[in-house]
Amino acid sequence: MHIVVCIKQVPDAKNVRIDPETCTLVRQGVDSIVNPHDWYAVEAALRFRDEYGGKVTALTMGPPQAEEALREILALGVDEAVLLSDRAFAGADTWATSLTLARAVNKLGPVDLVICGKQAIDGDTAQVGPGLAAHLDQPYTTYARRLELLDDDQLLAERITDKGYEVVKMPLPAVVTVVREIGDPRMPGLKHKMRARKQAIPVLGAADLDLSPEEVGLQGSYTQVVKVFSPPPRCGREMLSGTPEEQAEKLLKLLKEAKVQGI
Amino acid sequence: MKAIVYKEECTACGDCVEVCPVEAIEVVDEVAQVDDNCTLCGLCVDACGYEAIGLPEVLTVETEDIESYKGVWVVAEHHGGEVNSVSFELLGAGRMLADKLEVELAAVLIGDQLQDAANQLIGYGADRVYLAEHPGLEPFNDESHANVLTELIQQKKPDILLAGATAMGRSFIPRVAVAVRTGLTADCTGLDIGDDGLLYQTRPAFGGNVMATILCPNRRPQMATVRPMVMRKPAFDSARQGVVENFTPSPEAVSSRVKVLETVTQPQETARLTEADVVVTGGRGLQKAENFKLLEELALLIDGAVGATRSVVDEGWMSYSHQVGQTGKTVSPKLYLACGVSGAIQHVVGMQGSEIIVAVNKDPNAPIFDVVNYGVVSDLFEFLPALVKKIKEQRG
Repeated sequence: MHIVVCIKQVPDAKNVRIDPETCTLVRQGVDSIVNPHDWYAVEAALRFRDEYGGKVTALTMGPPQAEEALREILALGVDEAVLLSDRAFAGADTWATSLTLARAVNKLGPVDLVICGKQAIDGDTAQVGPGLAAHLDQPYTTYARRLELLDDDQLLAERITDKGYEVVKMPLPAVVTVVREIGDPRMPGLKHKMRARKQAIPVLGAADLDLSPEEVGLQGSYTQVVKVFSPPPRCGREMLSGTPEEQAEKLLKLLKEAKVQGI
Repeated sequence: MKAIVYKEECTACGDCVEVCPVEAIEVVDEVAQVDDNCTLCGLCVDACGYEAIGLPEVLTVETEDIESYKGVWVVAEHHGGEVNSVSFELLGAGRMLADKLEVELAAVLIGDQLQDAANQLIGYGADRVYLAEHPGLEPFNDESHANVLTELIQQKKPDILLAGATAMGRSFIPRVAVAVRTGLTADCTGLDIGDDGLLYQTRPAFGGNVMATILCPNRRPQMATVRPMVMRKPAFDSARQGVVENFTPSPEAVSSRVKVLETVTQPQETARLTEADVVVTGGRGLQKAENFKLLEELALLIDGAVGATRSVVDEGWMSYSHQVGQTGKTVSPKLYLACGVSGAIQHVVGMQGSEIIVAVNKDPNAPIFDVVNYGVVSDLFEFLPALVKKIKEQRG
């Protein structure tokens, strides 16, 4: 069983806070972290491997420094890691990203299962997992909280929906995105930490994936960001004073004026 | 490709250096310089107070026969024929776009036995409903629904396609976008037609800390998923006339490699989080699981849903399906009432799109008060019962 887990290095949201004076968002520092949702993807991949055998390869696309993220993941016991890095990859939208990842999965192949986090916290699109499945022309499911390999080698997944949950099954190879309920990430082990520091991480560029510069990054993207701006600040907060009864009364009056339904 | 510095505007202030998440910018000889680590995220563009930095444009992707694509489509989401209200909201937004472009507004309905739902969509503003009915298309299945929608797009060629940014929409629409080889913008909160006739899609990024406006200039349809509860639901008009056009998908499209074995609908309060007008969230200040009864009583009274912070879920006081925030759900109700919530940024990013935010906390210095419209510094065990009592009194 060869499992590929896709991860992303993202800016740390802890570096963002709201300036109460100006009501604007202030970003400080440049710390990068492994996308929080991806830890669950890694945990899912490791549990699947531990249960059914095989190996786990971590895959990421990003600038050269994304190698740090892969080393963090290797320290959890992931077997191998591959970095997709190329100047031409910069500015990729979800189309170009999922295409590039799909080519890499094929290059690493044969791969039985690709696992992604449900979304990345910087873009929040949740589109790369399903897009990757489409580029690979493989069955997929999203928001999985439980995975199991059935006796007939089909994948059983329990996925959460807006209304409850669903149980689905599909043949391998397949792609899944997972949520937090899949299980809490393990701690890095000493042995794996030592290995993670030294292990070679191959770096693949567009040419290695048989992709032309026009097919990747900003050039290969169908969507284009034309404007980036700060959201309007939420200013003019009002603190309601008095006894709890008085506070409750004031709040109800304000909410009624704002025509909140149900109040 | 990297961000472009307009040297004559640059004051070497270094604001862009501070915000760059990949350390790709430094100030050299009194001007900002961008190196090859740039990922074109656009944070520096927002941070620059002098419009001295910008992103390059994409113009080299193939341009196909764009003119032959016409009309605005809304993909209607339903559960066994019961249409999700986000689809009605999208018909409202779609109507505005279609009127600006002077084209037809159509809804797409995929499933089985959906005639009533089709009429309902017309009442909410659809000029036409493309109805794909087949017993194999019920219940919802990502793969077959994506296949059918792909066939329909290839045959009928819409200019714009909108779907709800729900678990369902965000799961199967990306597959359709790849299949028809076009761009897709996720979780939009604003849509408009520009003077150039293109769809301007605005969405939050970086957990809502910046907004980005996105175009799909060279491919069709222009596809977007739209966040529920953002667009206004139009009034229902039972007298409205429209056309229901049946569409017969190919047998291959109806088949799916993914088999849905079981669909379970869970009790209302857990499922409604992203759809409710009011969300009442409890944090660590609730102290124990039993105290969530206070929130549940209030939520029931005002038809709200109950949310929870991550630490509450970690403690096992509430299940994960209630979690609001970075690793939980993103909600944007009309009213968000945070009780005993400290206001960690990981929580705030999941709720800052709410229209009115109210926090109740004993600690006047809790960071949650930085993002509220109304703050109540009070013991929630005194305040909440008082609030419930007042509501009951006013109702008589």
